[in-house]
Amino acid sequence: MSAITTVCKRELRSYFATPVAYVFIVIFLVLSSAFTFYLGNFYERGQADLLPFFSFLPWLYLFLVPAVSMRLWSEERKSGTIELLLTLPITMWQAVTGKFLAAWLFIGIALALTFPLWITVNYLGDPDNGVIFASYLGAWLMAGAFLAIGSCISAATRNQVVAFILTVVVCFLLVMAGFPLVLDVFRSWAPQLLVDAIASLSFLTHFSSISKGVIDLRDLLYFVLMIGFWLYASAIVIDLKKAD
Amino acid sequence: MIETQALGKRYGDLVAVDGITFKVEPGQVLGFLGPNGAGKSTTMKMIAGFLAPTSGSAKVCGFDVETQPIEAKRVVGYLPEGAPSYGEMSVRQFLGFIAEARDIATDMRRKRFDDAVGRLNLEGVLEQPIETLSKGFKRRVGLAQAILHDPKVLILDEPTDGLDPNQKHEVRTLINAMARDKTIIVSTHVLEEVHAVCSRAIIIAKGRVLADATPAELEARSRYHQAVSLTATDTRAAREALSRVADVAAIEVDAQDGRITAFPKPGKQIFVAVNQVLQERNIVVRELALEGGRLDEVFRTITQGRAQEAQA
Repeated sequence: MSAITTVCKRELRSYFATPVAYVFIVIFLVLSSAFTFYLGNFYERGQADLLPFFSFLPWLYLFLVPAVSMRLWSEERKSGTIELLLTLPITMWQAVTGKFLAAWLFIGIALALTFPLWITVNYLGDPDNGVIFASYLGAWLMAGAFLAIGSCISAATRNQVVAFILTVVVCFLLVMAGFPLVLDVFRSWAPQLLVDAIASLSFLTHFSSISKGVIDLRDLLYFVLMIGFWLYASAIVIDLKKAD
Repeated sequence: MIETQALGKRYGDLVAVDGITFKVEPGQVLGFLGPNGAGKSTTMKMIAGFLAPTSGSAKVCGFDVETQPIEAKRVVGYLPEGAPSYGEMSVRQFLGFIAEARDIATDMRRKRFDDAVGRLNLEGVLEQPIETLSKGFKRRVGLAQAILHDPKVLILDEPTDGLDPNQKHEVRTLINAMARDKTIIVSTHVLEEVHAVCSRAIIIAKGRVLADATPAELEARSRYHQAVSLTATDTRAAREALSRVADVAAIEVDAQDGRITAFPKPGKQIFVAVNQVLQERNIVVRELALEGGRLDEVFRTITQGRAQEAQA
């Protein structure tokens, strides 16, 4: 357990050693507020909740989370530090989990810094804070799933730009999995069972119920399994690709 | 102690390491020599536990690198090729991270840190980000990281590559100072290094061990072993005199500086005889030297000879 903490601490500290972390947080806060107030009609709706904020979050994640995950492993491979890291007396999954946790905590910090929105709705009205809390939890879990996908793709290439673009594409497909854009491709030939299975992979479907305050164990489990699966895949990819 | 048994690594059809077997005892410094792409780094990566062997096995202090990876990694200090480190961290932070990851007991940490920093003269740069350091300092940080936990086994992949002569000397002194109670493997393609630090050398090419001997034994394989070189005021007379010595097999004259080299017949010594004949004939010699043997020549014969055989 302590090895995970060690790796995680080092990684998290490295985010803040460069301006990248601050740039990311500022852009995240500016964009999420812009979406909430302008596109989400925060005031005009006349309702004291954070639904406008949370409903745009998946789209914001789509571009910002891959920017965090792209460097997770590709940078280690490019600079050769992966050789250093993996010859320390720690296991592969400790390294994978530690680095993932650092990125996840980092997104958590960015998410937590949107608290002025929460203060605003509480000042303006009387929102259901339980729903808001559930939504934050769901938003953080969803970020974890995005990150785990990014971790795996980042392990497959030493080029961060490639990692970024591929992660955006894969995440986009998963976000849209429940919608005609993706489903129509399968509907013409695949059996209904497969179409349903793909539809059930959709990030949006799982997230939208959480963001409405409905915490269904299945939705939570979905994101947790998603994280577990992609981290496991990361470890395999790292093992396969570390030699070249 | 390091022990490998028919250790091999294959990438698809490409055989990078082809069944290497050797054993290094504590107190020995083993030099890994070989052309680029010979499999030196791959072998070291397998012993350090970074790459999994595709055949054979490697043991470090009795721990198999595949079945007991954590125990094996714990006793090894490893300097990867190019000494990679996290550039944005300061030297202090970086070594702190290594100490934590290597789980060095808290009460020992201070002592180990001071020891590694002292041995590598890093006191002046502790607070600097590693990416701002010169190549020599980066290499030293890599070495400090490798010796931080006072490992029983040290694996150093080209520790002096890219260093200036003074820094090379420092690193060699460091390796010699640590050699007494540790098992050390050093890879290099600087042949003078073999003399300076190694008690034994293995020459690898195309993934195979071509020679395993002490540096002196390797030199003895050289054509120049026990040869006599001299420069005389009268080159022709000197050459004529040398040809009279019974055990001389061949004589070569360097066209540029007129230096004469006399090669002995196998197993013979000619220095005394040469000296005598020169004195008898009153030939004035500006310089006279007994050659120990030339490692670079031995290296070329061994590695290229085999390469040509393989091609034929």
